[in-house]
Amino acid sequence: MARITAGVATSHIPAVGAAIDLGKTGEDYWKPVFAGYEWTKAWEREQKPDVVILVYNDHASAFDMKVIPTFAIGCAEEFKPADEGWGPRPVPVVRGHPDLAWHIAQSCILDEFDMTIINEMDVDHGLTVPLSLVFGQPEQWPARIIPLAVNVVTYPPPTGNRCWALGEAIRRAVESFDEDLNVQVWGTGGMSHQLQGPRAGLINAEWDNCFLDRLEGDTDELRHIPHIEYLRETGSEGIEMVMWLIMRGALGPRTHTLHRHYHVPASNTAVGHIVLEPVE
Amino acid sequence: MTGPKDVKSYLEDFEDIPGTRVFTAKRARQGYHLNQFAMSLMKADNRERWKADERAYLDEWPLTEEQKQAVLDRDYNRMLDLGGNIYFLSKVFSTDGKSFLQAVSTMTGMSVEDYQAMMLQGGRSPDGVRSKKEQG
Repeated sequence: MARITAGVATSHIPAVGAAIDLGKTGEDYWKPVFAGYEWTKAWEREQKPDVVILVYNDHASAFDMKVIPTFAIGCAEEFKPADEGWGPRPVPVVRGHPDLAWHIAQSCILDEFDMTIINEMDVDHGLTVPLSLVFGQPEQWPARIIPLAVNVVTYPPPTGNRCWALGEAIRRAVESFDEDLNVQVWGTGGMSHQLQGPRAGLINAEWDNCFLDRLEGDTDELRHIPHIEYLRETGSEGIEMVMWLIMRGALGPRTHTLHRHYHVPASNTAVGHIVLEPVE
Repeated sequence: MTGPKDVKSYLEDFEDIPGTRVFTAKRARQGYHLNQFAMSLMKADNRERWKADERAYLDEWPLTEEQKQAVLDRDYNRMLDLGGNIYFLSKVFSTDGKSFLQAVSTMTGMSVEDYQAMMLQGGRSPDGVRSKKEQG
C-alpha cells in the first residue's frame, strides 16, 4: 500500500530560484537562506520518496483570470517549467504520477472534495523552487511529482480548515492506493510577506515562528486561523500559508519535527522551512 | 468554521487594513482586462510588440484610459487601485527587467536602497499597520 511518510514545507520565492539558476548561492546575502536546506537535501537522499504531492499556487502562469480553480490536481505524465516573462527556469521537466493522481482525484471527489482535474499545464516557480531547494540541481528530479494548485490569489481562497480537511482526504486516498509507494506531501509558499501597496515589506517573525511551533504535536489550532489574521499579521501574501495546512492535515493527528529553518529576508519575504513526520 | 460565513462582513474587514488592496471579486472584475493584458506578456512575441510600441499594444485591449495611463506610468499603486493584481502585473515589470523587490519598493514611497535596507533589518514591523481603526 502507498503511505505518507513525511511532510515538508518551504517558501517558494522566485528570487531564490534565480539565485540557484545564476550560481549565486554562495554569496553572503544568500548563504544563510540555503544553509537551512542542507539538512533536508541529505535527508531526502536517504528517504528516496517515490512521489511528492506538491501543494503550491500558480502565480498567473498556467491559469489566467479566465478560470480560477480552488483546488486543481495535475494528472498529466509531465509538466514543463513555465515561461514567467523571463524564459523558463533551466530545470528538468517535472514527471507526474498519473495513476496515483487520478486515484487521489477520484477518491477526493467521492470524499466530497470537488477537485479540478488538470491534464495539461506548465508549472511556475511556486512548484519548481521548492524542488530546487530540496533536491538541488539534478539532471532529472528524483521523484514523481503530483502538482496540487490552490487558489490563494483571488478572494476568497479556501479556509485553513478546508485545506486541513483536504489533507486528511488526501491521506485517505493515498492509503487506499494499492501500489507500494513512499509518498511525501509538501506545502509551499509564505511565510510573512506583502508584495503590494504602501505596507509592502511587512515581516512578522514572531507570528511565523508561532505558526511553525504549532505544526508540531497534536494541536489543530492552525486550522481555525481566519483569513483576516493572515492578512493583518503576515501581509497580503502571507495567506499562502493555508497551503501548508494541506500538508499538515495529510500527516494525521500527531507530528514530530525533524528539521526547522527560518531566515529574513529573501527578497521581500521571510523564508520558512520545516520537515515533519507523522507519529503513529 | 474559520471566519465569517457572511460575504459582506468578510469583505468589510479587508478595508480596515492600512496600505493594502485585497484582490476581491470587485477588483477582479474591474481589473479583468488589465490583468489579462499583463498576462499576454508571458509570450515572447507579445513582449516584442509591446516593447516596440507600448501605447499601440495597450490600445488593442479594452482598458480604461486611466488603466492605460497607469501602466504607461508604471504606477503600480494606481494599477492596484484599478483592479490589477501583483502576480499579473509582475509580467509588466519582468518585461522591464525589474525584480519583485525593485517593483515592490516603488509602491512604498521609499527608494530601492532604503527599502532593501529595511528588509535586511528584518522588514516592516506589523506594529501600527494592522488596522486603520487601531491607528485612529
